[in-house]
Amino acid sequence: MSDTGPIRPIRSLTIMLTLPAALVTTWWFISAGSQNFYFPPLQTILQTFLKVWLSPEALQNVIPSINRFFVGYLAAALLGLTVGIPIGASRHVRNLLEPMLEFFRAIPPPVLIPMLILFTGVGDEMKTLVIVFGCIWPVLLNTVAGVRALDEVLAEVVLSYRLSGFARLWYFVLPGASPQIFTGLRQSLSIGIILMVVSEMFAASNGIGFALVQYQRTFAIPEMWAGVIFLGIIGIMLSLIFRAFEAWILGWYHGLRRSQREN
Amino acid sequence: MPAKPAHGRVHLGARSLAWLEGFGGLVGLALLLEMAPRAGLVSPHYLPPFSAMIVALFEEMKSAVFWIALGATMRAWAIGFIISVATGTVIGILIGSSNILRMLTRSTIEFLRPIPSVALIPLAVLLFGSQIESTLILVVYASFWQVLIQVLYGVQDVDPVARETALSYGLGPWAQIRYVTWPTTLPYLMTGVRLAAAVSLILAVTSEVAIGSQGLGKEISDTQAGGAVAIMYAYVIVAGIIGVILNLLARALERWVLAWHPSMRLHIVEAGE
Repeated sequence: MSDTGPIRPIRSLTIMLTLPAALVTTWWFISAGSQNFYFPPLQTILQTFLKVWLSPEALQNVIPSINRFFVGYLAAALLGLTVGIPIGASRHVRNLLEPMLEFFRAIPPPVLIPMLILFTGVGDEMKTLVIVFGCIWPVLLNTVAGVRALDEVLAEVVLSYRLSGFARLWYFVLPGASPQIFTGLRQSLSIGIILMVVSEMFAASNGIGFALVQYQRTFAIPEMWAGVIFLGIIGIMLSLIFRAFEAWILGWYHGLRRSQREN
Repeated sequence: MPAKPAHGRVHLGARSLAWLEGFGGLVGLALLLEMAPRAGLVSPHYLPPFSAMIVALFEEMKSAVFWIALGATMRAWAIGFIISVATGTVIGILIGSSNILRMLTRSTIEFLRPIPSVALIPLAVLLFGSQIESTLILVVYASFWQVLIQVLYGVQDVDPVARETALSYGLGPWAQIRYVTWPTTLPYLMTGVRLAAAVSLILAVTSEVAIGSQGLGKEISDTQAGGAVAIMYAYVIVAGIIGVILNLLARALERWVLAWHPSMRLHIVEAGE
């Protein structure tokens, strides 16, 4: 198989860039001189992109969005972990709460926006809370599943070494459940981005979603396209950050699995 | 999920106990939702008692509005889901079967996948307004990747020995897909199907809330704006129940389709992105 041989970096870079370059070039030339109101030339979109989204004014929309996203996402992660670990550790608590939690997770999170508007109005709290409420369930349920599936032999080793309390949590429970926890965190990431944008499409005065809707309503088409691209870049960057973080924390686990697969 | 069959079998009736406890948990939640507004812990204007929600739900179920909204959501879900699964499977097998195609498309897929589908909302609104096409764009864009990625994983997982055996038996490309690639890919595909079923519902309702296409999401934001809070919660409950049902159906399908499979392989869940 060609996968096994060492691939020269230049060749792999060429392969990596061929298709994207071809797609962008096609878009560029097909849209050049486009008279279609909804599909402006790519050149116009990119010029608008530089002007609108890489300007200091853009920060007024970008910073609040990113801020709400991180506060909401981190709060959800922390809450999901702290609540999920005790639930996962006790069979009865798990039995009691799991159907309820499955129900909460099954509610499509954007539905929470109208609900939370009732409680907190349309301010910053609402938007952050929507993200918290939407992101918490995948983390929580995956933490529960991860803690439940901890290796039983290891659990006995931990017991016989009399590790307890914080040491047990830090050296046994968290690492053992971490692959599952990261699955939850990854699912929450895309939900969080969705909610960040959608919550700003409702009564808001700043944010990326707010700007997008403004452009669309005023038929500022190149600006809107530029916004779509910008949001795409945000999504990609967040996923890259997440992947780097995961590679750092879960490096041991992926390495272990790779060596298991090779055997 | 790494199931531990030994766990459930040790005590007889452990399963029914779990059911009972879970049911108890739900009853407890209902009681809490009933008592909290009555005791004045939260204003009934924001959170009406649970019984009021249920009464509102039964009232709504008598009206055509409810069934039209439910039908619209389910229709958008079903069409979007089927398109995503079909295209994701076909394109996934196509790309995955060829080393060159896989390497060529890899960067593009990695780039396009994290783009949040809600970024397409303004575009969808301009092109299709609040028609079902808008919803479908969002649903398909989000769910397609879930299926595609799983199928790509699956095709790559084909045992080289099986592939070489098929080659030396002179199996043609179609027979190879049918007898070698497909059985290996199926468990991965089922994971993709399960994820796509949930994501499709999320995006269908998102589109109804954000764009105002017909469906449960629109009813929820309309009833909230109109101050009919109990009815709004009734719709939220319905949306949750549908989510649970779709989830259970997807799991049942997975078990049924993979009944022949020696084990529900452990790493499938972990590969689920």
